[in-house]
Amino acid sequence: MAEIPSANGLLNLLWLQSGGCGGCSLSLLGAESPDLLTSLEAAGIRLLWHPSLSEASGQEFRALLERLKSGDQKLDILCVEGSAVTGPDGSGRFHMMAGSDQPMMRWIEDLAAVAGQVFAVGSCAAYGGITAAGSNPSEARGLQFDGDRRGGLLGADFSGRSGAPVINIAGCPVHPNWVTESLMQSASGELTEDQLDDLGRPRSYADHLVHHGCPRNEFYEFKASAEKPSDLGCMMEHMGCLGTQAHGDCNTRLWNGEGSCLRGGFACINCTAPGFEEPGHAFHQTPKIAGIPVGLPTDMPKAWFVALASLSKAATPKRLRENAVSDHIKVAPRSREPGDT
Amino acid sequence: MSRRIVGPFNRVEGDLEVHLDIQSGQVADARVVSPLYRGFEQILSGKNPRDALVYTPRICGICSVAQSAAAAAALADAQGLAMPPNGRLATNLVMATENVADHLTHFYLFFMPDFARDIYSSEPWFEDAAARFKAVSGTSASQVLPPRAEFMHLMGLLAGKWPHSLAIQPGGITRSIEVGEKSRMVSILFGFRRFLEEVLFGDTLENIAALDSADSLQRWFEQQPPERGDFRRFLRLARELGLDALGRGPDRFMSYGVYPDLEQPLFKAGVWSADESHAVDARTIAEDLSHSWMASRGQPLHPYDGITRPDADAEGAYTWCKAPRLDGEVVEVGALARQVIDGHPLALSLVRESGGNVRNRVVARLLEIARVVMAMEGWVRAIRPGDAFCTQAELPGDCSGCGMIEAARGSLGHWLKIRDGRIDNYQIISPTTWNFSPRDQRQVPGALEQALVGAPVRVGEEEPVTVQHIVRSFDPCMVCTVH
Repeated sequence: MAEIPSANGLLNLLWLQSGGCGGCSLSLLGAESPDLLTSLEAAGIRLLWHPSLSEASGQEFRALLERLKSGDQKLDILCVEGSAVTGPDGSGRFHMMAGSDQPMMRWIEDLAAVAGQVFAVGSCAAYGGITAAGSNPSEARGLQFDGDRRGGLLGADFSGRSGAPVINIAGCPVHPNWVTESLMQSASGELTEDQLDDLGRPRSYADHLVHHGCPRNEFYEFKASAEKPSDLGCMMEHMGCLGTQAHGDCNTRLWNGEGSCLRGGFACINCTAPGFEEPGHAFHQTPKIAGIPVGLPTDMPKAWFVALASLSKAATPKRLRENAVSDHIKVAPRSREPGDT
Repeated sequence: MSRRIVGPFNRVEGDLEVHLDIQSGQVADARVVSPLYRGFEQILSGKNPRDALVYTPRICGICSVAQSAAAAAALADAQGLAMPPNGRLATNLVMATENVADHLTHFYLFFMPDFARDIYSSEPWFEDAAARFKAVSGTSASQVLPPRAEFMHLMGLLAGKWPHSLAIQPGGITRSIEVGEKSRMVSILFGFRRFLEEVLFGDTLENIAALDSADSLQRWFEQQPPERGDFRRFLRLARELGLDALGRGPDRFMSYGVYPDLEQPLFKAGVWSADESHAVDARTIAEDLSHSWMASRGQPLHPYDGITRPDADAEGAYTWCKAPRLDGEVVEVGALARQVIDGHPLALSLVRESGGNVRNRVVARLLEIARVVMAMEGWVRAIRPGDAFCTQAELPGDCSGCGMIEAARGSLGHWLKIRDGRIDNYQIISPTTWNFSPRDQRQVPGALEQALVGAPVRVGEEEPVTVQHIVRSFDPCMVCTVH
């Protein structure tokens, strides 16, 4: 994945949307320190076209796609947001590109073939995502994955002109900085294949767990659990939270300056993972066998977890036990008094 | 007569194509095509009802919280659950943040850049408009993105993140607010108000909200040079280009009402047409499938009984969008409808004078920004830390409910039937489904289809700029439209 030089020194970026909600673009508009346009400039990226930002519509846009397809204009970076919609019956007619008589999936294939580097932005483009939930009525697929299996619209062996596979900036939605920083790393040649995990996600955010930096960690340590929405306790035991297993730096980076799902008081649903859209149980409840949550941290022996959990539960301070099932701090940490040791 | 297929439209949320018949220099007929189908109503079938809180926000990245609030309201209706005052105030704040951010995004990023197109390069106002509003490179985009992002910190505080939060629940909100967060919110709103007053309005929010007639708007416009605030810049363009004569809709407006306060909603519900208003009778809502790529079983159905079975070969069809009608009639929804139905004197005066049109839709959105931000300041003050934010109730195994709210773009309804603890039917009618619907079985075109007729086409124009203005004046959200 070497640097892709362009004639004017800037990298040309095209952004397409298909079977998704546009939420990753909207999240991206919230980029801060610096804002989105400045971030792109800092990475040496020239926006050829983005559906929410650019002037060109219709004919002018279609002419741009034709120039890119034919190689008359260079395409360095192709970002695709939303899954590839292949239904009904593989025809792609559930998403014909407006103003053209071609399914969007064909445009994606044609443009990926000439792109230096392809980014799947969001879990839909990466793996199929929410659009592939239920009976997957639109036959939605990821670009290079179908769920957790390699394949997808472009096939398991696809690589861009740079020789690299699709980079999966998974998340529902993506954090704006996952995108801007991945683009920056790609532009500087630092997003090498060893910087991707086995699901194609940039390790810069995917090597972390959502659990890291969770403000409810003390409740987790003592297994002081929330029982209903708005409770302050740990949401792993009852409320369906998958933060201990989910890959992402959501609680160390923060969203919209101040938040994260857990800080907002609701469960992590593991939205950076393939298949998150079909957990096999209600999202808001932790499935259990014999009272023990089924989904425990992935790299910890279960017996140890259970033993530690029962020990820490027995040691839970009153403060945590009461605050865990309250929507505000009822018992404050005690201040150390003179004479305490 | 010539036929044109125009699309894709960018700077709308999602995909859109418009078919035009052009005759004697104007649009004679229009068909609006929503070219993407994902099938959320099919996805929801058979799910745990509360999973709707995860799936439905993901219908749309720009109306995510509105979808979430409609799903929570439908579940609450099914459970017979009411939010405690704090829950209502916090939910109002979350919805208002999305609504205001959407209006702002629409104005600066989606709508205004069309006036910086080269086709206007000989106009006397072009240099200023292009410098200010040119897509990506104009001064406004980089000036607006940072305060917009800072304003969205309210979402970080109240909803964890935006889009796609699970904070809004049937019984309230998951995030309790304490004294510290209240003061953060007061500061954020103060900073945002300052940006609006200095950059967008060039005046106080109170003075904008107090404009009470077309005449007072005109006098206000003339008080300062047209470069004093971007609202004035728009009013200048509207006057020069006659945007009040462009894009006349059906002039029948609907709003479900929104922002419940303790007594009544901030913006009232109702239907308004020819200076008469009455209540919305939700029983008369039905979706017509005669021109949709859907398998149809005859007569239009109420959404409780609605069916969503795609059929790409359906005869006579040209879009994935269904055609909702209120008592058989086409209605226009959105900020203009909301402000007219709420009885705001400026909106009423504008509509009495010139109906639903490009200028009035944009003015109503900006008026709404001023009114909603003022209300938000009050809601923050009214939150009482320590009181409950969320109540609970069991969800019966067999029940039904509907959630009818207002998203930024207009009336949004979710209709839910639950059987044996599972979703038996889930039907959604989104604002742009109303506005961008196809013809119905009586061949009556949808609101945008009506609004496009008569749009002037300049000589040599392949994709008329007037059509761009009209389409974007509705602030369409195409991903919601078909869902």
